[in-house]
Amino acid sequence: MRLAALCCGVLLLAACAGDTHLTFLDPQGPIAHQQRWHFYWVLGVMAVLVAGPIFLLLPFFVWRYRYGNKKPRYTPKWEYSTLLEIMSWSGPIVIVIVLAVFVWRDTHKLDPYKPIASDQAPLQVQVIGYDWKWLFIYPDQGIAGVGTLALPVGRPVFLHMTSATVMQSFFIPALGSQIYAMGGMVSQLNLEASKPGKSLGENTMYNGNGFHQQKFTAVAMLPADFKAWVRKVRATGLPLNAQNLKVLAQRSTRADLIAALPGARSMAGNVYFTSASKSLFPAVVKATMDGTPTLPESAFEHRHTATQSGDAADAATGKPR
Amino acid sequence: MSEQAIKHPGLNLGPAHGKDDEAAGTVMFGFWVFLMSDAILFAMVFATYVTSLHATAGGPGPRDLYDIKSVFIETMLLLASSFTFGMASLALKYKHRKARLIGWMVVTLVLGVAFLGFELHDFSSMFVKGGVPSRSGFLSAFFDLVPLHGLHVTAGGIWLICLVGQIVRYGLDTKTKLGIMRLALFWHFLDIVWIAIFSVVYLAGLT
Amino acid sequence: MNIVDPPLGRLQWSSLPFWDMLQHPTKGNIINGLIATGAASLVVIGAIALVVLLTKYKLWRPLWSNWLTSPDHKKIGIMYVVIALVMLARALIEAVLMRGQQAFGLGGGFLSPEHFAQLFSTHGTIMIFFMAMPFLTGVINYVMPMQIGARDVSFPVLNSISLGLTAAGAALVMVSLVIGKFSTGGWFGYPPYTEANFSPGVGPDYWIWALSLAGLGSTLTGINFAVTIYKERAPGMQWMRMPLFTWTALCTAIIMIFAMPPLTVATAQLALDRYLGFHYFTNALGGNMMNFANLFWLFGHPEVYILILPAFGVYSETISTFSGKALFGYRSLVMATMAIALLSFTVWLHHFFTMGQNANINAVFGIASMLIGIPTGVKIYDWMWTMFRGRVRFTVPMVYALGFIVLFVLGGMSGILLANPTIDYQVHNTVFLVAHFHNVAVPGVLFGMLSAYHFWFPKAFGFRLNERWGMISALCWIFGFVGAFFPLYALGIMGLPRRTVAYTEARYVPLEWMAFLGALLILVALLALLWQLWLSIRDRADNRVFVGDPWAGRSLEWANSAPPPEYNFAVIPQIESRDAFTAAKEQGRAYLRPDTYVDIELPKNSAMGPAIAAISFALAFGLVWHIWWLVILCFLAAIASMIIRGFARDTRRIVSAQQVRQEHHRWIDAVDQATAISRADECTSVNVGLARQEADGVVP
Repeated sequence: MRLAALCCGVLLLAACAGDTHLTFLDPQGPIAHQQRWHFYWVLGVMAVLVAGPIFLLLPFFVWRYRYGNKKPRYTPKWEYSTLLEIMSWSGPIVIVIVLAVFVWRDTHKLDPYKPIASDQAPLQVQVIGYDWKWLFIYPDQGIAGVGTLALPVGRPVFLHMTSATVMQSFFIPALGSQIYAMGGMVSQLNLEASKPGKSLGENTMYNGNGFHQQKFTAVAMLPADFKAWVRKVRATGLPLNAQNLKVLAQRSTRADLIAALPGARSMAGNVYFTSASKSLFPAVVKATMDGTPTLPESAFEHRHTATQSGDAADAATGKPR
Repeated sequence: MSEQAIKHPGLNLGPAHGKDDEAAGTVMFGFWVFLMSDAILFAMVFATYVTSLHATAGGPGPRDLYDIKSVFIETMLLLASSFTFGMASLALKYKHRKARLIGWMVVTLVLGVAFLGFELHDFSSMFVKGGVPSRSGFLSAFFDLVPLHGLHVTAGGIWLICLVGQIVRYGLDTKTKLGIMRLALFWHFLDIVWIAIFSVVYLAGLT
Repeated sequence: MNIVDPPLGRLQWSSLPFWDMLQHPTKGNIINGLIATGAASLVVIGAIALVVLLTKYKLWRPLWSNWLTSPDHKKIGIMYVVIALVMLARALIEAVLMRGQQAFGLGGGFLSPEHFAQLFSTHGTIMIFFMAMPFLTGVINYVMPMQIGARDVSFPVLNSISLGLTAAGAALVMVSLVIGKFSTGGWFGYPPYTEANFSPGVGPDYWIWALSLAGLGSTLTGINFAVTIYKERAPGMQWMRMPLFTWTALCTAIIMIFAMPPLTVATAQLALDRYLGFHYFTNALGGNMMNFANLFWLFGHPEVYILILPAFGVYSETISTFSGKALFGYRSLVMATMAIALLSFTVWLHHFFTMGQNANINAVFGIASMLIGIPTGVKIYDWMWTMFRGRVRFTVPMVYALGFIVLFVLGGMSGILLANPTIDYQVHNTVFLVAHFHNVAVPGVLFGMLSAYHFWFPKAFGFRLNERWGMISALCWIFGFVGAFFPLYALGIMGLPRRTVAYTEARYVPLEWMAFLGALLILVALLALLWQLWLSIRDRADNRVFVGDPWAGRSLEWANSAPPPEYNFAVIPQIESRDAFTAAKEQGRAYLRPDTYVDIELPKNSAMGPAIAAISFALAFGLVWHIWWLVILCFLAAIASMIIRGFARDTRRIVSAQQVRQEHHRWIDAVDQATAISRADECTSVNVGLARQEADGVVP
């Protein structure tokens, strides 16, 4: 109870202060919104059915049957009662059955691999975890970035993720679930933002000295703003070629990366890339799996030049793989 | 009869052994429990192997590396050694001459060493074909499972030599008898593990 | 692996903790270097002081022959607890340092990221493998054989070897403070981060070998305990008459037997990856770290119940004893214990709901995890019904038990939250998780062990602990815990990941400070505990309980003197019911002089324990630093020691019937002279360990 009160109080405070949304209790999208209600429901059921009886009975028993109290009955050999035994077992069983229904329903409903129902095709984003920054590739837009994950409001986002190094965990609390990114493997995540705003994004799996600096901002923007953002990135970004990727793949923080790429200093703490190839992500997965340190040249080739030019491509290629 | 059987599974010493037979209860039970733990160890290594079957990473796979003829000979050697250890156990139980007991144990040892020799030969020919453990996840798992069994057999062999030494030094006192009984269990256990290796690794790998 | 490495392998001057500070004297390096050097000096100075004191007071021989080589389960148990308390002190100071760092962590703090990472890795490793495990193993060792009316465990020398292996592992972790650096991969050391290409140093090797030694020791302990309970029970001690603590010891032992091998396999495979270039868990060439996650948690989750079940057993004993009442729902509690032991093997996947498996699997494991809540809930209710219509005495062990129930219910609730994959996706890997497992581990395991420490200390040493300082310490633990960990729930929900050395979000600061203050209060609790021990030893003459039953105990460990004779019982008791000692007291047969005494056979002292400890420590140290000659030497020595032990024959000795008679009569004489006291006086110096008997229904 104390716990719940503490959490709620502090979180209300937290939700009001600051402009970055930190938590699913301050949800910015449908997934986090439902997760919040699931959390409240489970907490409520337990507060009433688990904590309630115990926290009422325990102090009462302890006080009433204290050593100094001579009045109540004392039955030193009483050790069994069928009724109480049935109650002791059936109470928890009923609670667990109730909660199990919640679990089964919501685990399926909120499965991170499940595409979010929408009339718009999802935006494809490929995420590669490096030490200690995330690279976000927008394959259909042909751009990529470090430091900011831009999302159009109201359109589902379908993320594929892998790691170029050790295991990491990709997490935007105010939008939805976290999922591990692992070397040589591809995992998936579906998110959606329902209103414009900035949310905290991070890696939660310790991966070395720069771990605590592996943050990014998930910026949800109106569709028109998103288009403008894409155009801006295309206009100002550095080419995502073998040379720049090599710098990116170093074990370094985002600040180190910006220092190493002089062209990135004007990007307000971010690094943006143009000419991001669709074949880069699979190439990184394969290279990590094979243990080859350098990527083949084909990873930077642009077989479909059309993707360079169009917002039309955004809508065309939406189906999850 | 049934009372004896309850005491602990396997071959009991029998009432003729008096106090030694009583002392066997706790020690043998303890050893069974140890074998249970050891079996879990093997189970985990088997699980690693099975989940790594396809992780050849472009390197050689079962068909390129396994030599069924050699493995079949190894299997026969190990099965035969279990039989000869069984004969040793009977010699112990029915108080045959010490020389007969030692004789069966030595035959067991020879068969065990021959098994290890063939196994090492297998490994070296795998190495020649590029089947080294650092080549792939599959080969790592193989060289976890099969040599782990080989190490167990080696340990059993050393133990066997020590027990023969104890028989020579102290005769068949309680501790030596219990040692032989435990080693017998261990040896048969390794036989069973080998049958699993033969089926899961070699037969399944070659079909 | 290069066999012709230099004779000291990878050991170099730069392995010392002050090297960086001297080579690159920046402010950060100096602070971190000073802290590391201070810690290292504490270890070295502590070791030197110990050697000097032992030499000065000529204690080497008694230490060797009365303690280190003793196969007596009671002494082995005490040595385990000593290891646990020393390691607790270290890991707790580390915890306070970490909370301090995070309190100042807005944009920096005073510790380097690497230093911080070593702190959380050693803290977790120590608390689980070298604090909780030795503590509970020690308590079980001390209490369980007496509870079943046995003279010792089934394999006393093996017991001593298990202790040696655990001690060697603990020593390895301590040495990592002085020479080299410990792992930064956390207590579960996930690859590929801990693989050679990402962590090339000796850190993960220290972690691997420390865990391997501890794991091997625990496997052998598990076998020993299980066989003891199966085979050594006194006549009449049927299964359903065993004290609940013995039941939990049995279940813990069985879990140890089954759960330790996966850990051995996981660490061995990681070692092969690191030393010989295998590919079990690497990114490349067919390695798969998901195998490690499965193997590790296949051990790791049952491990949680290895830790908690004995604590449940302790609470069952203390709550029943200090409520002056038989344990309510004994059968239910036994069934619940077994159910937990079984279920503990079916839930490991909930440690990685976020690895991307499908919703069916996650939901099944989520529900399986919640099932454990059922037997646990039953236990809580049965403990409360035990207090119902009893007479609850607020002694220190009972205060721990009450604090446990309240806090553990909250910890269990946050566990149920985490068992929901949907919620786990949101709080996994955040400090919410840290708050949760501390909320079950501290009130559960640690309070349980501290409750046991206060409860059985008079039995082990013959005098009671200071009640006042015990109470102060207990309250500091309880409120310090609340202060240190409840803020972490909120911080976790606010998205703060675990293992973060610093942060840039100002909204975290107030809660971080609350947690820091709570941690400081816990440090006070530890100091109070030490102060209490000192006071109690100083005033021991006033608090002696030689007669042996200071708390009106119910089970057989109270049916002998305090401290008990080395053979535990002059005559093996005949058991006729549950709560065997209570029954004996009621029927007036608790303190009888038998007509005849017989010779008692006991195992002789054996140097195997300390020998294996020394050999395995040197072996592991050689492996960590790639000192191959040492490794080969120690490996051969280990085999040789086992062969020599195999050839040993004269391993038993006889305590003569006359000596037994003499000691037993001395005790019974003391019983005859003692005044039986009422429970109101049990914390005063009139308590010499004889409890007053009253008619049924009258409060004693």
